[in-house]
Amino acid sequence: MANPDINKYYRRNKLPHIWCPGCGHGIITGAIVRAIDQAGLDQDKTVVISGIGCSGRAPGYLKFDTLHTTHGRALAFATGVKMANPELNLIVITGDGDGAAIGGNHLIHACRRNINITTVMYNNSIYGMTSGQFSPTTPTGSLATTAPYGNIDTQFDVSNLAMAAGATYVGRSTSYHVRELIDLITNGIKHQGFSFIEAVTHCHTQFGRKNDLGGPMEMMEWQKENYIPVKAWAKLSAAEKEVKKTRGLLKEEEREEYTDKYLALIKQVQAGEEKNG
Amino acid sequence: MPNKKVEIDAPDWCKGCGICIYRCPVDVLELKEGKIAITKPDNCIGCEMCELICPDFVLKVVEK
Ligand SMILES: Cc1ncc(C[n+]2csc(CCOP(=O)(O)OP(=O)(O)O)c2C)c(N)n1
Ligand code: SF4
Ligand code: SF4
Ligand code: SF4
Repeated sequence: MANPDINKYYRRNKLPHIWCPGCGHGIITGAIVRAIDQAGLDQDKTVVISGIGCSGRAPGYLKFDTLHTTHGRALAFATGVKMANPELNLIVITGDGDGAAIGGNHLIHACRRNINITTVMYNNSIYGMTSGQFSPTTPTGSLATTAPYGNIDTQFDVSNLAMAAGATYVGRSTSYHVRELIDLITNGIKHQGFSFIEAVTHCHTQFGRKNDLGGPMEMMEWQKENYIPVKAWAKLSAAEKEVKKTRGLLKEEEREEYTDKYLALIKQVQAGEEKNG
Repeated sequence: MPNKKVEIDAPDWCKGCGICIYRCPVDVLELKEGKIAITKPDNCIGCEMCELICPDFVLKVVEK
């Protein structure tokens, strides 16, 4: 798996990155780089786009054409890039705040359109960058700066959301299960249509500290115990299913891709105009 | 004999988090004054886990 040339994908002069020691965002970013390599994408034809947050900093360290956009809007920019240049490979990096809160609207419509973009959501269950406000994926009852007595919201399962909204490839893994994460992103990139990969990760600095969950290692052990391969999860008791979540490939189906449809429509309209003079 | 081994590719980037030590299946790595060090290279089985899990892109597992 290791490619001795992997360093060519990093802007090495921008490293080390700003993330806290042990932050899972670095593990996911490394997984994306390896997936791009495994999928055999042309570095000069690949665009990586993010919104705002700790996760949003990732493209700044990656040697591709990159866009660091406004909060929640990475998919809107990526949709524009893809529509204008369908031959480019699009990777979107987002956070649970960026992609499920302020950017949730863009997410559901990108899923619905089935546009050929691979989106990786760095889901650390919190707003990391702005010091720990709850996000749509913060578990009910957890503490956050904006929920000092416990979060009363119902937690979003963002993979379920993406599946329901029409994404044609959905996978979930964790910063602990890095090999599985690399394979899911690789296959998501190869998939023709909208791919959503939920990369569950640990923010020990904000979420971990507020909720007394320990450091990166303790939080990764928790992931190991609580994210279960899809088939094994199906055999759990109803009570266990309430607590534990699935990991692995959650959905894969074929449906016509959005830019293909758009180009076909242009052709059809132009042919009609020629015929009618 | 494994045909790969771990190397410290970018020592300055190491933040001393210890995740590579936690995930290494054998005893190869140690922190020395807050930075990663390869103290028992002969134990390395070349599994690549440390390279994949290091959040700071410090380690590389290379052909011997
Ligand atoms: C329009 C707008 N609103 C609010 C903010 C402040 N802000 C910056 S990052 C962020 C949340 C980031 O959380 P998440 O997407 O989960 O990323 P993380 O930092 O956890 O990786 C917020 C609310 C902003 N930059 N722009
Ligand atoms: S605040 Fe959290 S998400 Fe941000 S760099 Fe630190 S550990 Fe990572
Ligand atoms: S390659 Fe495997 S055995 Fe060798 S140091 Fe890394 S994790 Fe340990
Ligand atoms: S995982 Fe990386 S940053 Fe952390 S101690 Fe090991 S080499 Fe250093």
